[in-house]
Amino acid sequence: MSASTPATTAKKTPRVQVSRRRRRVQNTLIAYSFIAPNFLGFLIFTLGPILFAFALAFMHWDGNTPIEFAGLDHFWKLFEDRIFQTAFWNTLVFTGASVPLTLVCSLGLALLLNQKIFGRNFFRTVAFFPYVASLVAVAVVWNMLFNPEYGPVNMVLYNLGIDPKDLPRWAADRHWAMATIVMFSVWKSMGYFMVIYLAGLQGISSELYEAADIDGATAWQKFWRITLPQLAPTTFFVSVILTINSFKVFDQVYMLTQGGPGTSTLVLVYHIYNEAFISWDLGYSSMVALVLFMLVLMITIVQFRWSQRGEEDLS
Amino acid sequence: MPLRRRRKPVKWGLILTYLTVALVTVTMLAPFAWMLSASLKLDRDVFAFPIQWVPEQPRWENFVEIWTKIPLGLFVYNTAKLTVIVTVLQLLTSSFAAYAFAKLRFPYRNALFLAYIATIAMPWQVYMVPQFLLMRELGLTNSHLSLIFLQAFTAFGVFLMRQFYMSIPDELCEAARIDGMSEYGIWWRIMLPLSMPALSTLTIFTFVNTWNDFLGPLIYLTRTELKTIQIGIRMFITQYGQEYGLIMAASVVSLIPVLIVFLLLQRFFVEGIASTGLKG
Repeated sequence: MSASTPATTAKKTPRVQVSRRRRRVQNTLIAYSFIAPNFLGFLIFTLGPILFAFALAFMHWDGNTPIEFAGLDHFWKLFEDRIFQTAFWNTLVFTGASVPLTLVCSLGLALLLNQKIFGRNFFRTVAFFPYVASLVAVAVVWNMLFNPEYGPVNMVLYNLGIDPKDLPRWAADRHWAMATIVMFSVWKSMGYFMVIYLAGLQGISSELYEAADIDGATAWQKFWRITLPQLAPTTFFVSVILTINSFKVFDQVYMLTQGGPGTSTLVLVYHIYNEAFISWDLGYSSMVALVLFMLVLMITIVQFRWSQRGEEDLS
Repeated sequence: MPLRRRRKPVKWGLILTYLTVALVTVTMLAPFAWMLSASLKLDRDVFAFPIQWVPEQPRWENFVEIWTKIPLGLFVYNTAKLTVIVTVLQLLTSSFAAYAFAKLRFPYRNALFLAYIATIAMPWQVYMVPQFLLMRELGLTNSHLSLIFLQAFTAFGVFLMRQFYMSIPDELCEAARIDGMSEYGIWWRIMLPLSMPALSTLTIFTFVNTWNDFLGPLIYLTRTELKTIQIGIRMFITQYGQEYGLIMAASVVSLIPVLIVFLLLQRFFVEGIASTGLKG
């Protein structure tokens, strides 16, 4: 933060003092020239639209007719819109299931692949690959693997002796569709969070473990008393990112179930997408987006507070 | 580490570890192996059970047919073009801006940076509609420019590069300034060469995200000759829903570039994540 600039270092010599003001203006211009190429694009295509989105939530607009002020119309509509409520609930269910699962899986994976085992780098690469693979491509495979009639997954279950009538119909079944999407999401993203956990694990001082060994601690004790508390900042970071990501879930739903069957996997972003690009109710769509934003903001604040308290407890 | 290992009675734990690793590997790789295997089969053999992992008579024709059934070559070209332009722009403008945010002082620096940070947490879906309307006003829908503008100036890139530059000692820039090097020179000759891990991380992220982007092209591109490979594969699925062998072949093709970039840069990627402050 305390970067010293040419202006402050040259301050002492009197000759420079005269042109200090000009020098400062020049330095400012140089600094702005550095951020300008990125900032102009960012301002026009990100910041501007964000501010416009907030305004649109209080407007009536279908994208063509003149914009009309709507006041809180869209806000009140949220309370009557059953589909919105379903989408809201489904998003919470998805989050409640996928965040803890991904957290545990990626931590487990990181602990596993942090050990000195043969082919460690290969296994890390393998675990990470689903994250970089195209969602469209892997969703197609997933759909085929979990095909209720002749997909290999159900074939294996059938051969294990499960009655064909009891075989889950996965994405095609109201009760299983959300579980299918959660499984898919965990599978796809756990490798990425494993990498973050691995970085966290490497940051733990080995002296802590050596001291614990001298005290005769078991592996289990070392995990609960050293590893887990030391990883608290990482876990905080991962859980914030995961929660935010899961509020934004869309692609998986679009590819696997299109929100169905019925409305069983309809999530908030799917509702936003439908209202905007199918119904062209841009004002209302922005209001739902605003709710999504408030959710993300709230979670970030809550988790931030919680993590701060956690750190105080530790010290 | 060696101290600890010698004391532990390892055998059972090690066997359990390898078993778990094997299980995880199978879970992670099986879908890809199945995809590859299915891409070389006749449609009627794709779902044959028990799974025949290595087809007896691999149908290489699948990989020939996909290029003629849909304009796959064009889709690949479009995606490659977009990805390269976006990645280059992203690397240049992000590292350029990040240098100012990390090493220079100027009015409103912190306020501007805060604007960047605040938008990172903002779901894209919150502003995708106004963004679309803006692009429409500018006459950019149904053009590749819209997607370039959409993805080339992300807050994430600036944030990532700045985090990395913060870890480079200020004295280095200071010394260069005393030697009479301009700020642009410092960025180009000192910062860029030093930031290879961070640049590699950003390259993978941008490359993978742009190559795999699905919702962006879905919203912006309706003309076939502009479409990207992800949209192309989806088109393929809806048009030739039962031709599993072909769909899998096209999917395999779409994965290859990402696999190559990932394997080339993945060492940097892990280092990059570790060194850009994500440790908390």
